[in-house]
Amino acid sequence: MTDTAKILLEVKDLKMHFPVNKSLFSKKQFVKAVDGVSFEIREGETLGLVGESGCGKSSLGRTVVKMYEPTSGEILFDGKDVTSLRGAELKQFRKDAQLIFQDPYASLDPRMTVGEIIKEPMVIHGLYASDAEREQRVVELLQIVGLKPDHIRRYPHEFSGGQRQRISIARTLALEPKFIVCDEPISALDVSIQAQIINLLKKIQQETGIAYLFVAHDLSVVKHISNRIAVMYLGHIVEIGSSNDIYCSPKHPYSIALLSAVPIPDSVEGKRKVRIPLHGEVPSPLNPPEGCPFCTRCPHADDRCRKERPQLHEVAGRQVACFKVTE
Amino acid sequence: MEKLLTVENLTVDFVTDEGTVHAVRDISFDVFPGEILGIVGESGSGKSVSMYSVMGLLRETAAIDCRTLRFDGEDINPCSYPDKKAYAGKMQEICGKSMAMVFQDPMTFLNPTMRIGKQLCEPILNHTNLSPKEARERALELMRLVGIPSPETRIDQYPFEFSGGMRQRIIIAIALANDPKLIIADEPTTALDVTVQAQVLDLIRDESRRLGSSVILITHDLGVVASLCDRINIMYGGKILESGTDEEIFYQPNHPYTKGLLSCICNPENDDAQLQPIPGSPPDLLQPPVGCPFVDRCEHAMKVCKLYMPEHTELSSTHRSACWLNELAGRGEHRD
Repeated sequence: MTDTAKILLEVKDLKMHFPVNKSLFSKKQFVKAVDGVSFEIREGETLGLVGESGCGKSSLGRTVVKMYEPTSGEILFDGKDVTSLRGAELKQFRKDAQLIFQDPYASLDPRMTVGEIIKEPMVIHGLYASDAEREQRVVELLQIVGLKPDHIRRYPHEFSGGQRQRISIARTLALEPKFIVCDEPISALDVSIQAQIINLLKKIQQETGIAYLFVAHDLSVVKHISNRIAVMYLGHIVEIGSSNDIYCSPKHPYSIALLSAVPIPDSVEGKRKVRIPLHGEVPSPLNPPEGCPFCTRCPHADDRCRKERPQLHEVAGRQVACFKVTE
Repeated sequence: MEKLLTVENLTVDFVTDEGTVHAVRDISFDVFPGEILGIVGESGSGKSVSMYSVMGLLRETAAIDCRTLRFDGEDINPCSYPDKKAYAGKMQEICGKSMAMVFQDPMTFLNPTMRIGKQLCEPILNHTNLSPKEARERALELMRLVGIPSPETRIDQYPFEFSGGMRQRIIIAIALANDPKLIIADEPTTALDVTVQAQVLDLIRDESRRLGSSVILITHDLGVVASLCDRINIMYGGKILESGTDEEIFYQPNHPYTKGLLSCICNPENDDAQLQPIPGSPPDLLQPPVGCPFVDRCEHAMKVCKLYMPEHTELSSTHRSACWLNELAGRGEHRD
């Protein structure tokens, strides 16, 4: 991946608000899960998306592949605006952009065999002329993800969590997508299995040049797999930049606090690490602060932060949304 | 040093429709006063089950066999009590008082229909002679201790009005209610975000230091263990494969499983290294391997590993590991 690679996905000021009906007569309220997010992903690149639960990272991942109809904003995929796609063009987009889900126990139909599960997307999109060819492709895919060809007739319940996640990866690869959203693909797995899946995802990327949006709350994993990292807080991207910049020298006060909380698996460093505590709680996305989303918990917040919303601007090679960070 | 908890040859079996699950197979370990012991293992390694049986929580469901189980000078071995009632009575006296547990999921542990105050007062009223009014005072004090803002109003609220991190603080407050000598924390931060996790871990460490109590921390996260624990037991397939101080485990790991575990986690400080996953998956405890449980995934596996479980070799006064490679090295042989 280089900076000169073509931009595959460009998201501009994307908003995803979910309506909640508190009661029949009260004013309609919205959960502002994604509230004005812009970023781009180049071909063959991995963008890691981190944040705490409820920050909108999964909603963003699902919105960019159009699982949800966005409230406003643009999603340009290969130069085309996805939000207005219909018919054949939409179907093509569905083929190019795929999703791997978190829970491998819930995302596979227990009544279908592994072969049927992996074959289904090919049937829907009419790939390959005959069923025999599709079967051939399923066997290939099983081998790519490290399963055996004779697993094709088995059912998901016969597999462990890690193997199931391999099956769902094979299913997404069936359509030869250009872009995959990985929505916490390893958080349901054991440590020794997590590394297997990470290495598999990396190997697939090296061989096919697929771009990933890797959503996770485990920052050390995200650092390992991503070229760039975006830090999300309350529906906003507060900092985005190369994974080394973000990891080694975060600038936004929230990124600093978040990264200081990551435990290091080392008996000396882990005990020496100084944590920057965050006080208070994340505000409700029903009623986010008017200014900077982080102003209620930020140690540096002043009146301007509470009234005006900071935009992403370039600082030290990355983009930060904070008035206080200037260099 | 006087041991606080001694466990010798603990075995726990569950009888299920599919057969007997051998969840914990003949483990022995000690806990010393004031230390934080980490028990690390993947799901199904028996780490939680072993602790639940120490606390007597599995007396109805599991078949427990144990040679010695002593806590704070008292015999709490279920096998040495002739009838279940006497054992249950004994455990009732100890649990919640000198031995307390912090559970993983703060959503399911708290009773959703009871006010926080009542749940906090329960262990105090059960184990002390305080009046309800004094117990409420103590509950308020505990809430202040674990850092809950405005406890006077929060004490009359229900669990759903608390966030996940706040609920976990309440659970810790309940565990601390009677100044326990041993706190068993079962994945206390797995359900929490990293920033909240850091706060909860700090709280556990600070409170155990203040009370001088020991902590057994059950987790699968080596990062959590590294930042908190003095000693570490590595469990796999129902057995303890290696135990040692934190530095011995992280800097001189001996068992191939421990080494594998350390090389397959992402260390953010040093991640140019390619991750080395352990191939395969953990053993099925319905039919556990007769020999070393790690044999099917171990790159050094030999014939003897399949047939016999190795004894623990003492590598230092604190460091023990169960691997045939050590036995052979000790005899001056090597498999090559």
